[in-house]
Amino acid sequence: MKRWAYVPALLWTALFFILPLSAMLALSFTERVAGRTVWSFSLANYAAFFTRADGAFVEALLNSMEVTVAVTVLSILVAYPLAYILAYRVPARWQRLLLVLVVLPFWTSYVIRSYSWLLVLSENGTLNAAMTGLGLIDQPIGLGNTRGATILGFVHFFTMLLTLTIYANLVQIKESYRKAAADLGASAAQVFLRITLPLSLPGVAVGAFLTFVLAIGDYITPQILGGSRELLLPQAIMLQIGRQADFPLASALSMILMLVVTVAFLLFARRLKMERV
Amino acid sequence: MRLRDLPAIVYVIIAIGFIFLPVVVLVQFSFQDGILPVPPFKGFSTQWYERVFDNRRLMEALWNSVLVGLLSSLVATVLGFLAAYGLARSRPRFAGAVQYLLMAPITVSYLIIGMGLLITFNMSGIGKSLLAIGIGHVVINLPLTFAILYSQMGEHQANVERAAHDLGAGDLQALLLITMPMLWPALLAAFFIAFTLSWDEFVIAFLLSRFDVTLPVIIWSMLRSGLSPELNAVGTLVFGVSILLALLVEFALRRGRRTK
Repeated sequence: MKRWAYVPALLWTALFFILPLSAMLALSFTERVAGRTVWSFSLANYAAFFTRADGAFVEALLNSMEVTVAVTVLSILVAYPLAYILAYRVPARWQRLLLVLVVLPFWTSYVIRSYSWLLVLSENGTLNAAMTGLGLIDQPIGLGNTRGATILGFVHFFTMLLTLTIYANLVQIKESYRKAAADLGASAAQVFLRITLPLSLPGVAVGAFLTFVLAIGDYITPQILGGSRELLLPQAIMLQIGRQADFPLASALSMILMLVVTVAFLLFARRLKMERV
Repeated sequence: MRLRDLPAIVYVIIAIGFIFLPVVVLVQFSFQDGILPVPPFKGFSTQWYERVFDNRRLMEALWNSVLVGLLSSLVATVLGFLAAYGLARSRPRFAGAVQYLLMAPITVSYLIIGMGLLITFNMSGIGKSLLAIGIGHVVINLPLTFAILYSQMGEHQANVERAAHDLGAGDLQALLLITMPMLWPALLAAFFIAFTLSWDEFVIAFLLSRFDVTLPVIIWSMLRSGLSPELNAVGTLVFGVSILLALLVEFALRRGRRTK
């Protein structure tokens, strides 16, 4: 029994994960002619990705990459100081409580979270009301339905995620390393740059990888906050399923999305291993 | 508190303000005494919550979400537990490959998992249903329940299991009477994390539902008709349940640490 206990989980994964992905892979090499899927090998969908006249798909991929990279960098910049303060400036017995508090909104469902940002950013929303009240602007400005709104919504969520991974890493760094460096005459800045920062990079890398994967594959946040002025890749995929029911093309686009994630994984994996040496 | 700490304190306050801003706005305007969930705040009213509880479609979706969440989390926890147990105790030669396969779904976008299932189910005739959504939720939660439980399978439990075997217990007896009770906190944590993710999941539920929808899907369709305090009220309730679950996870894990 022990020997076979992992088989049900493996079967489940094979049946409901590997098989569907294989079906999509196969489907991505078929073609859709007059609304029907023709089962013969074709690269038409992948060709369509590059050659579509308006370049909409390539643009969607580029948009996705730009947004995702911006989100990853910004989230690290916001989260790192927060994690650092939590780990080193807050008394140990308050740390856990403050950490739970800081990431509490992490548990809002992503539809609700994006909707809440829409409330904050809309033309008659809280932010505009506050800014007009303070006399910063005379006219309310439309902040929703922009790329900035998408990025803001993402940064909000991934700041919490990165705070967790970076904090978990920082508290594991032995205090004696920093003390030794200081004893040997390093300034506070030197201790940070040469001891703490390099040792905390694995935590940053784990969080950054999760951010990249989750952000680039998310449909909800750009759809609710970014509107349809510009498309990100998941929105382009959803359009193929929804309006056109073009599963071969949607599958090909999904394979391209997975390829991007795989490349990112390999880059991060190398980085992580190098840190360990 | 020293002057040196001032920048740090200011930073934490600003960061917490940023993190809580949307939640505060969501909750505050769910009590709006008016038809728009935006400033000015016209006064305290619970009419929108009454509207939510009177909305039959919302209540049905709520029930569907609970049902899908409970069953899919149960299946994900049981499968994850068996897999962790099997791998930790028998150490098959290709354990690394099995582990990698079980963790693989975590790197794939929910959108792609949902679409793959939609295509497969269309071919096999299962069709869009709550069952289909539940199957999808097990797929996304299995890597997590497996990882949580695998990390908790220590030598300590293995020794007690061995002792049980020496005293004449069969595999099943040892599993049910020794391993599971010892891993109780981790099992609970895995179950609640899975439930939270299922409870909040939208894309898979959206792609795989037709008539019976879950809560995030109905919230999505309500969103199309614009901002409304009723949405704030639903959102606040969903958030409240998620927080409750998160606290249960925290509690379970804390007990787990203490009993170790």
